[in-house]
Amino acid sequence: MSRTTLDAWVGVFVTMGVVALVFLALKVGNLGGSTLSNPYKLTAEFDNVGTLKVRGAVKSSGVVVGRVSDIEFDPKTYMAKVTLNIDGRYKFPKDTFAKILTSGLLGEQYIGLSPGGDDQMLASGDTIARTQSAVVIEELISQFMFNKASEGAKP
Amino acid sequence: MPLADLFQAIGRRVNNGIWRLGYAARFFLTMLGRSGIAFSRFSLTVKEIYFTGVLSLIVIVVSGLFVGMVLALQGYNTLQRYGSSEALGVLVALSLVRELGPVVSGLLFASRAGSAVTAEIGLMKATEQLSAMEMMAVNPIARVVAPRFWGGVIAMPLLAALFSATGILGGYLIGVILIGVDEGAFWSQMQSMVDFREDIVNGVIKSLVFGVLVSLIAVFEGYDAVPTAEGVSNATTRTVVTSSLVILFADFILTALMFRGS
Repeated sequence: MSRTTLDAWVGVFVTMGVVALVFLALKVGNLGGSTLSNPYKLTAEFDNVGTLKVRGAVKSSGVVVGRVSDIEFDPKTYMAKVTLNIDGRYKFPKDTFAKILTSGLLGEQYIGLSPGGDDQMLASGDTIARTQSAVVIEELISQFMFNKASEGAKP
Repeated sequence: MPLADLFQAIGRRVNNGIWRLGYAARFFLTMLGRSGIAFSRFSLTVKEIYFTGVLSLIVIVVSGLFVGMVLALQGYNTLQRYGSSEALGVLVALSLVRELGPVVSGLLFASRAGSAVTAEIGLMKATEQLSAMEMMAVNPIARVVAPRFWGGVIAMPLLAALFSATGILGGYLIGVILIGVDEGAFWSQMQSMVDFREDIVNGVIKSLVFGVLVSLIAVFEGYDAVPTAEGVSNATTRTVVTSSLVILFADFILTALMFRGS
């Protein structure tokens, strides 16, 4: 086989391989697609984060506005301290309410932000004061059982 | 004394194994030291990329497509039972990019290209072409072995990436076009769950490691073959068997190191 045909085939092969890698990176891995522009950090403390994970979504009105960047245990307050990376385009009022919600019945957990009515906005490094923990099915069931039992005790 | 004979046989096998391992390691170092020609006369390596890479394209693309299609069919059966058939894209993409892409293309690469390289070098040795080169003051490790090694190392990650990409397209074909999973959910769930650094880069690292291992085993077995027809055929068989086992073993080690946390 002549030198030029060989070079051409190898060129085609290498190009195809690189295209496959770019396809994997952009279309499958979404590199550069979902990056947040000028993110700022907020923290929130929860009694129980359930199965929330780092890189989980932060949504407001169902739109992704940020990502969970860190989850750790605070030994002073005995609560879970969650650090959020919020997109710089979105500002939230001081009295925003942070809830841990579940997508679907068994789906992944995410943080939902419900904006309040304050005219002052949260700045980088602030803490969201009002939070609601993840719903733990076992606790719900035990509350339900307890209520049923106390109903039955009434004459 | 049959017991003493038994121990002697065990000892000989272990000693031989260790000796061969050390010989292969020394061979590897020598070859790395003599690799300059594979890059200074890059057309030698390009020719080997053609033989190991371009000629493996058909088998890689076709098997990638079918593996992706089978994954989509089987995954859909299980996922729809739990009402989460939208996660089909994630299932297909993660299993291909993390495991099946590097491992299956590595196995195919070992049997398609590795065996050919062993047979070629072994036959050159059997017909005394390697000795003839030495007589002409051409180092056969630099001229014959190094380009074949580097050709394999360059071709393997590209083949694995092609395998994963065609597999995902195969999964798309079955999942979205044939079964009717929502197209938006298929891609968006895949994009939100597959991480570039964690999954795709680690997959590429795996395929690169397999490329080095398979190419090294192939050229070593060829160079070390007993220079007879039978010896070359034995060496070719050993290449395929050893590379397959080494790929699966190395895959376990790499997976344990890479995906321990998540």
